[in-house]
Parts: sequence; structure tokens; C-alpha cells
Amino acid sequence: MTTIAWKGTAASPGIAIAKALRLEPAAAIPERRAVADSEAEAARLKAAVAEAKEAIEAIRRSTLERMGEQKAEIFEAHLFLLDDPELIEAAEDKIRDERINAESALHEVAAGIAELLRSMDDELLRERAADVGDVAGRVVRILEGRDGGTMSGLSEETILVAEDLTPSDTAQLDLDYVKGFLTEVGSRTSHSAIMARSLELPAIVGAGREAGRIETGTMLVLDAVEGVVLVDPSAEELERYRLLKREYEEKMARLRGFVDRPSVSADGHEVELAANIGSVADVAKVLESGADAIGLFRTEFLYMGRSSLPTEEEQFSVYRHVLEKMQGKRVVIRTLDIGGDKELPYLDLPKESNPFLGRRAIRLCLAEEELLRVQLRALLRASAYGRLAIMFPMIAVASELRDAKRILAEERAKLERDGIAVSSGIEVGLMIEIPAAALNADALAREADFFSIGTNDLIQYTMAADRMNESVAYLYQPHHPSILRLVEMVIRASERHGRWTGMCGEMAGDPDAIPLLLGLGLHEFSMSASTVLSAREQISRLSRADCAELARQALELESQDEVLKLVRHYTARSEA
Amino acid sequence: MASGTFTVIHPQGFHARPSKLFVEKANAFPCKVTLYKGEKKANGKSSLGLLTLGISAGSEIRLETEGEQEEQALRELGEMLTKIYEE
Repeated sequence: MTTIAWKGTAASPGIAIAKALRLEPAAAIPERRAVADSEAEAARLKAAVAEAKEAIEAIRRSTLERMGEQKAEIFEAHLFLLDDPELIEAAEDKIRDERINAESALHEVAAGIAELLRSMDDELLRERAADVGDVAGRVVRILEGRDGGTMSGLSEETILVAEDLTPSDTAQLDLDYVKGFLTEVGSRTSHSAIMARSLELPAIVGAGREAGRIETGTMLVLDAVEGVVLVDPSAEELERYRLLKREYEEKMARLRGFVDRPSVSADGHEVELAANIGSVADVAKVLESGADAIGLFRTEFLYMGRSSLPTEEEQFSVYRHVLEKMQGKRVVIRTLDIGGDKELPYLDLPKESNPFLGRRAIRLCLAEEELLRVQLRALLRASAYGRLAIMFPMIAVASELRDAKRILAEERAKLERDGIAVSSGIEVGLMIEIPAAALNADALAREADFFSIGTNDLIQYTMAADRMNESVAYLYQPHHPSILRLVEMVIRASERHGRWTGMCGEMAGDPDAIPLLLGLGLHEFSMSASTVLSAREQISRLSRADCAELARQALELESQDEVLKLVRHYTARSEA
Repeated sequence: MASGTFTVIHPQGFHARPSKLFVEKANAFPCKVTLYKGEKKANGKSSLGLLTLGISAGSEIRLETEGEQEEQALRELGEMLTKIYEE
């Protein structure tokens, strides 16, 4: 017996092991019939729509109880579709114009809309085609006198296999028996995927047509952590996955326990674990992750993919929204970091032969001052709605920081003159990503409230190695003693002046770097939201005093390899 | 007829909740409400119409109102296009 394995999109993480149950697609194309009395036919459609609304309302209510308000809104939107003139009125018109039956009129209108949505280059919109199909399918089934109930009467543990699951299918899953699902189409943003995540039900979507060949009763392993499906697994594979499943579930339960806990080392030293975001949509993940703050909010998304600069109003509402959402937790917002590999066509900037060493980030903003002034005004106005920290990128010398701060002070004075509320507690800091800034951190610390070390650029500039260039990728060495020494210099300088130092590069969330950074005295670690909980767990097991000794030893070493060996040896010993 | 151009900033585009609120508001006005994105045109009183326009963050939308209360509709609906919604 051979095991087939293939990959799909892990839409809701977890591991399920059970027999497959294949759901046959219910949506056949209704028969097209001529009708004599089209008014009566239109009335029949109206009645079916009313009945469908009642059914959806019942699903909405039970979803509200099981999964909360947000998921219930999916069905509110469905109810709304049944009031939509482009769907229902259009179907009524079709009944009258073509003198055909309600089933095929509605089916054809819905299919046309779904087709249009599917053809658009926005994944979210393509997914909405499924909603239209779900709603119209329900009305058609009512018109045909067939009732839903595809999955009633389950009696053993099951992994559902389907071409796609409608939102209403997903909302009505019997979780006593359904342990996961696998679909041929769909993506992470489809409603069924979103609902699976809130039900904590393992799901793989978009596995392709092959998945359609799985027959009911076949044993499946659904590894929705890696996005792998095993069909007819061997006894050894089953055993291995049962173990993986248990380990995964134990780990998740343990990490969940860290959501509302402070970020404290085993010997009681508290640090701040923050998350990086690059858009407003990321804030939800930050809140779920239990992060203590946002350590880096990249604002480039506001400027990219459009034809003109964002206005002050637009920026203000974005910043205000994020600050309010974070409810008093610190939000470090970085001013525009454009140039280098990120271009804005509408600014029409001259081409540079070496953009990473050219007029990027704060250099550009000081040359095109109005760009910075608009952003700072929006930030200052938003500061009244939360705990704002402003961070300037790519500072090389203290005069750049002074210029930026002078502009900030001027904009603040103007706003205050106009009677606009501005917080008095805004922290102002800078990113340390140029070696010159690290070497001169003492001078900068006199004029800044905080530092945040941007390791990706700091490593690239220290090693003089383009991080996009594969042929010099070996020089990207975050654990190299020369990088650690720069990090240490920055932290010591900030401590001498009573400031704090954070880190917002990938290194901050790296399990091999965390013991060293804790030992060096880093105050704030800002990383991807998905790694916050495991970092918090790791720190809870580390002793700050031991890590300080570890870091001291690491600084004496000569290569990254030696540092990694030292850290991994320490980690292995402390876990034993 | 009244018209204006607005830039959408809601990060997830203009799907579920924003389009629902917009359509509800549009239906509260007696005038005709039409949206244009580039060459595409949609009935502002239909959420499916809005969806098929494919509005995303940064989209520039021309809003046209025609009939009774067109000025007020333009003002209030235009404001809804340039807002961030709780999702």
C-alpha cells in the first residue's frame, strides 16, 4: 500500500487523523423551463427568498453563540445579499423578460455575478463568489423542494473532503465528529478557512483536484501545520503523526498560557516583547498574540501602490486607528522609509546608481521636507489617542536627528497654536541601522528617548553585503561577534543616558539570538506577531544573570559559528 | 447631478462591513448613487455592485449622485469611502 502525500494551504493549523468523508457537490444546474405566469413565478421566488432568510437567520444566531460576533457577520452579509437589487431584482427581471422558472433565473444571475467576482485579481473578492453561490444555492434548493442537511447523522470521527465548503456548511459542522477538513479549492481568506481558525479545527484548502479522488472511508492524516495530506498512511506514519499531534497540542496549550503573562525571565527580569506591523490589518494578529507593544509600524504601505501621496487626513485616521486599537500600549511608528529598493513612481525621484547608499529614508525626508511635515502632523494629531513613539529611520549623524526633531517641534507648535490636542508624552527615537550611528550612540542618546536596532540593515551595512544578493548571502551573520559588539555598544550608551534600546529586525525573534540579547540587556524585542508567544516562553525559562555571562563569553569569540555553538550548547544544557 | 473623487483607505478594501454600511446609507437617500472606478461603473445601492468594482485600499473612486438630496448624499457617502472601519 502506498501513501500519497501532497501539499495544500494550511488554512487553520493543527493535526487531524481520521477517515475521510466525501461531500458530493449539491449544486447541480437547475432545469430551465418556460413558465406561462411569470408574475406567479416571481412571487414564488420572493417566498423562497423569505424562507431562506429565516434559515440563514437561524444559522447566524447559532454562529453568534459558537464563534462570536465577527463570524456571525458572515451570515449578516448573506442576509444582506438576499436584499441586493443586483441579485434578487435582477432575477425577478429575468423571470419576467425571459418568461422562465425562478430556479434557473436566480441560478443564472448568481452564476454571472460569481463569475465576475472570480475573474478579479483580488483574492478576497474571488472568495466572495462563494458567498453568492452559497446564498443562491440555498434559495434554489428551497424552490426545488430539497432541503440542505448534507451532514446530519455522523457517527464516527471524520475528516471532511469537499470541492469547497460553503460558510453555512462550516458553521453547521458537528465538532463532536468532524476533526478537520480538506478542500480542493479555496484559500486562507475564504470564509470557511476563517471560521475553521476560530473553531480551532485543522483545515487544508486549495489542495487541488487530486483531493477529489479521495474516497469516503480512506484513512487520512491532515497535517495543517505543514500543509501536508497523507492518504492511507502506513502504521509507522500513523504512529509518528499521533505523536506529532500530541506534541503540537501540548505546545499550543502551553503557549496559550503565555498570552496574558508579563515577559519575565526565570530570575525576574522584565523585558518588553513587541510585534512588527506593516499594515492596519496586522493589528488584529498583534492583539491575539498578546504582545506588549508594537515595536515597529512600517508606514510605507500608505504610500505604495497608488498614484499620489496620502493626505494628512488619511494618515491621521490610520495612525489614530492603530493607537486606539492598542489601548494604551506603546506603538512605535517609523516615519517614511522609502528609497533603496522601495520606490514611489509619483515622486519622480532621480535614479541613483547605488540606492541603498543613496538618498533614502530620513535623507529623502529632510531633502523633501513637506513629505515629512505632513506625516509628522498626522502623527502628532493621532498622539492624543494612545501611546505614540515616533522613530526616524537611517540616522547616520546627530545633525540629522536634530533637524528631524526641529521640524517635529515646529509642527507641534503650529498645531498647539491652532488649539489641536497633542500628547505631551510622545517618545522620539531613532533606528540604529548604520554602523556610524552605533559607534556614536552616546551622542545620539543625549537627544533621543530610545533606540531601536534594525538588524537587517545594520548587518548589511556592517558586512558591506547586499542582503538581496545570493552570492554574498553567507555574510548575513546576525550572530557574528562584530554585530553583537555593536549591539552591546548601543545598549550600554542608552543605559548611560537613562534611555531604552529595542530591536526590530528578524534577529529579535531568533531563538538562537534571544539568550544573547537578554544577556546584553536589550529592553525591547520586536518581532513578527506569530513568534511573540514562543519568545515569551523561551525568556521565562532563561536566567538573565546566566545569559549575561553567556553574552560576555560570546563577545570574546571570533566567528558566528563559535557563537552559535556556545548558545546552542547553553540552550541544550538549560533544557536538559 | 453632483460628483466627487475619493481615495479609499480602509486596509481590507471595501468588502464586507464597509460596503454593507455604505449600501445601507445609500439606500437611505432618494437620489441615484453611482460609483465609478476607472472604466467600471456600479449601482451604489447594491453591495454586489460595489464588490464587482474591486475597490481596494488606495483605489480612487468617483461618486456620482443624481436626484433629490444629491449634495447631502455626496457629502455623507464620500466621507464613508475615506474612513477606516472596525472589522
